[in-house]
Amino acid sequence: MNPRMMFATTRRVLEQLRHDHRSVALIMVVPALLLTGVYYLFENETLPPGFPRTFDRVGLQMLAIFPFVVMFLVTSITMLRERTSGTLERLLTTPIHKADLLFGYALAFSIMAALQSLVATAVAYWIFNLDIKGGPGYVVLIAVINAVLGVALGLLCSAFARTEFQAVQFMPVVVIPQILLCGLFVAREHMNSILESISNVLPLTFSVDALQQIAGNAEATQAMWQDAGVMAAIVVGVLVLASFTLRRRTA
Amino acid sequence: MSHSASGSNTPGMRPAVKAEGLHVTRSHKRILRGLDFAIEPGRITGLLGPSGSGKTTLMRGIVGVQRLTAGTIEVLGRPAGTPSLRHDVGYVTQAPSVYTDLSVEANVRYFGAMHGATAADTAEAIAAVGLEALARQKTADLSGGEFSRVSLACALVAHPQLLILDEPTVGLDPVLRAELWERFAAMAESGTTLLVSSHVMEEASHCSSLLLLRDGLLLAQLSPAELSERGHSNDLEQAFLHIIQETSPPSNRRGANESQVAS
Repeated sequence: MNPRMMFATTRRVLEQLRHDHRSVALIMVVPALLLTGVYYLFENETLPPGFPRTFDRVGLQMLAIFPFVVMFLVTSITMLRERTSGTLERLLTTPIHKADLLFGYALAFSIMAALQSLVATAVAYWIFNLDIKGGPGYVVLIAVINAVLGVALGLLCSAFARTEFQAVQFMPVVVIPQILLCGLFVAREHMNSILESISNVLPLTFSVDALQQIAGNAEATQAMWQDAGVMAAIVVGVLVLASFTLRRRTA
Repeated sequence: MSHSASGSNTPGMRPAVKAEGLHVTRSHKRILRGLDFAIEPGRITGLLGPSGSGKTTLMRGIVGVQRLTAGTIEVLGRPAGTPSLRHDVGYVTQAPSVYTDLSVEANVRYFGAMHGATAADTAEAIAAVGLEALARQKTADLSGGEFSRVSLACALVAHPQLLILDEPTVGLDPVLRAELWERFAAMAESGTTLLVSSHVMEEASHCSSLLLLRDGLLLAQLSPAELSERGHSNDLEQAFLHIIQETSPPSNRRGANESQVAS
């Protein structure tokens, strides 16, 4: 690892994004707009007194799912371009370490994800009065870990796509099962045993659990830190797998 | 590593590149079929041959990104692909590999960062390819010739000891081409070894040594003067064609004679 090369990569990826105003606008604004949609979707629900709004549950989870989905897509396309344009092969002829490249990417997109989730979380708290016990800082933290997870999976999946069209098709394969099984639609304990055991090992499940911990407790709980730790470990594992797909020497 | 060169040779005399028994087969196709040669340091060596003759594969082998089927390549005294060589070998691919959504300057700065280049190095490399006025332009907005010069600047910024250029003058106008060859000559003068591929024979006159490649075999290694002598023509293109006819056996006997032609 060489911090100079890693930060140079981060700077380069952010500079590439900076030239693309439309993408930056989409990354920043779309989650907040969708969240607004979710709020009005549940606007007219009738609740027994003392019962939490659906928005407080679903909206909160959305805050962590957006960065995951967006960063997965952005990263897999960016990395695929890097592979097909020859810049990746060129980079690998220089002294850059694979880890510098991968962590440089992860850092750049985490910064974008942090900004994205700050906007979305601010909208949820200040405009729609998201009512949870824990602090917004922890929500942003989990959102950023989710984004890095999306980045790591995107880096890995880009190795298995030859075209951008194929890369986009990985979303239904990698992302949607996690959203279906993470506990957002059906509580995990109500799933049949096969689905539940699959959901037990999917990374997004840990993020949902962590957010439930934040929603239910004013202070950070040990279970939340444990979830965050498991997710961080999965991120590192996926990044290591992704590094195996970067080959300096090919046939 | 240079001090470890064998006692009889001074380090300056060690070849910059030395290939022995080089074979590359890719999906059952024999791209390189037994090459032996050495490239002198501090000179421009031309790698000439028709398209499909194996020029790019050979260059990739020297850079260390091509898996070899058999044989060895030694670069600056170390096996090709040795990590420490990544500081010393620059490679400019035929298709410009730069980030089209970045400015010229950002591209050069990024590749320079891998070698600890300073802002001054970046400016110098951009000036060397004559793109100062366009430094802040987005690379995608440049013309084809400008675009390929950005790719060259990204290699120059590292001040490599060995610079491998795959068809660097394709699509450039004659004035620019002449300027680039002057730049290459100046680099060789200051000790850089250059290996430049081309399928345009007239470019051969700028090189001090030529590797003639055809169908994955090395036809000859000679100077441009020797080429026109052996090919009985001052027109290097004619001379090359003559050597091809001279060395190519009739196609039905080709398989049997391959190894003789190679050596």
